[in-house]
Amino acid sequence: MKKLSTIFSMCLVFILTLVPVVFANEAPIEPSKINSGDTAFVLVSAALVMLMTPAVALFYGGMVRTKNVLSILMQSFFVLGLITVQWVLFGYSLAFGPDIGHFIGSLDWVALNGVGQEPSSDYATTVPHMAFMTFQGMFAVLTPVLITGAFAERMKFSAFAVFILIWATFVYDPIAHWVWGAGGWLGEMGALDFAGGTVVHIVSGVSGLVIALMIGKRRGYGSDVMMPHHLPMTIIGAWLLWFGWFGFNAGSALAADGLATSAFVVTHVAAAAATVSWVLTEWAYHGKPTVFGAASGCVAGLVAITPAAGFVSTVPAVIIGLSGGIICFLAVAVLKAKLGYDDALDAFGVHGIGGAWGAIATGVFCSTAVNPAGADGLLYGNAGQVVIQLVGVAASCVTAAVMTYIIIKVISLFMEVRANAEQEIKGLDITEHGERGYAYQDFMVGSPITTSSSNAVSHHSLAKETALM
Amino acid sequence: MKPITKIEIITRPEKLEELKKAMNNIKVTGMTVTQVYGCGLTKGHTEVYRGRQYSINLVPNVKVEIVVCEVPVEQVVEAAKTACRTGKIGDGKIFVYPIANAVRIRTGEEGDIAIIDPNDLEK
Repeated sequence: MKKLSTIFSMCLVFILTLVPVVFANEAPIEPSKINSGDTAFVLVSAALVMLMTPAVALFYGGMVRTKNVLSILMQSFFVLGLITVQWVLFGYSLAFGPDIGHFIGSLDWVALNGVGQEPSSDYATTVPHMAFMTFQGMFAVLTPVLITGAFAERMKFSAFAVFILIWATFVYDPIAHWVWGAGGWLGEMGALDFAGGTVVHIVSGVSGLVIALMIGKRRGYGSDVMMPHHLPMTIIGAWLLWFGWFGFNAGSALAADGLATSAFVVTHVAAAAATVSWVLTEWAYHGKPTVFGAASGCVAGLVAITPAAGFVSTVPAVIIGLSGGIICFLAVAVLKAKLGYDDALDAFGVHGIGGAWGAIATGVFCSTAVNPAGADGLLYGNAGQVVIQLVGVAASCVTAAVMTYIIIKVISLFMEVRANAEQEIKGLDITEHGERGYAYQDFMVGSPITTSSSNAVSHHSLAKETALM
Repeated sequence: MKPITKIEIITRPEKLEELKKAMNNIKVTGMTVTQVYGCGLTKGHTEVYRGRQYSINLVPNVKVEIVVCEVPVEQVVEAAKTACRTGKIGDGKIFVYPIANAVRIRTGEEGDIAIIDPNDLEK
């Protein structure tokens, strides 16, 4: 508690040093180049991406046990607050500010100094700079929220909050700069990432996996029953994610035009194709089509199409979706069981692997016919693009993994990162937040007597079971 | 004092309404119902979530506890058996216990008069 007070006081002092910036002299206003259609679209897209954060919270929330649902919701909610503040104070400047060594942005735009209602000369030149900034801010919030799935049900909230703040500053902001910042080295190398397959999904998936490996499996993983406590909540989350993703992908065109339309359509198509392919694959594998599978499939498809959205046409989108659904299903249902790691809510299986597949698929299917500012991919005679995409995947994987490892190691010197056994058994809602999700939860759902399990890895026996009692 | 007996019926939740009706027909109107989980010869079922398979072998049931004094115990047991039988595994069990004492909290009465319905006494 004392260390937390120290950290908060230091943050407060830091914020106070920025006060003089507020009174800095503004530059004279030039004639406006703002396009109202583009601006309206970017702002609405920013709101749609904001919706994805609570959507992910609901998606994950329904998947955990009753006693931990609030911990999931709180992690997402708090990140929305924390990273928004970090973004406008210095995150945006680090990610998109004037380039330093192709590596990071400068602090010129701290406290949004120079970021006003006039368009930027580098980014989204037909909308107010603040519109681009806030649109990107929603991405910066969403990415850490995706990680929460990996270490669900066992990470302490204090360590989580500190980790996210440091991670956003030292992992997300630099990598965003490399791919999307003016002068960033991955972007200049020609790596294509339309809406964040690399920056958002690979980075969050890999970081999540590293944390999951470092803090270890949940108590009773593999033997205790850990079922989703509220699948309707998960499905609602998935639907809202699909809806918000239109802002995520189509909005990344930063204009209300044909490219945004194309991105909108391929996003929808890939999600749909992946839903079908995951459900069918699971049906063949386990004997029943599940709604949990349908929701997972749609998210896998959305993740896979994210880097490709503004570079590929419809048929490739179908292929990316169909294959994304199958690949992520195998990663989640087969690979995870075989390797035995506890990526609780499949942050790595869906976002890490789906994002990597999407990034590579971009290198295969991208076409300048769709987006002249992109490139041609393997199918159009340019095998080199796949190599560039692989470099991007590798660079972001390695950076995310190494930096996450270091950050967690450092944090663990000052505070407990993982809840102890008693806290884990009681549930994080009570121990971390002093709240219960449901008034009746001790008597009905989630109590240990409702289920007792013998966990079987074999999948063939289920196909024969149909009768109840 | 007449002997007091408790009859405990553990059976399927969907049989509860039928059981209550059968009990009312033999003039047994008081009971305590709890939701329980149990297993016996029942094997339960399997659920799958993203490839993780769980064998759910504790099955939801209801436990109905009836304490009688005037109504013959055999009558209660027969009525319960008829109401709850489906012929398939999972129909449940009936247990019969002797009760040492009973108290009606409102009046403080003890013994068999605590169980007997006051309306029946007037006859």
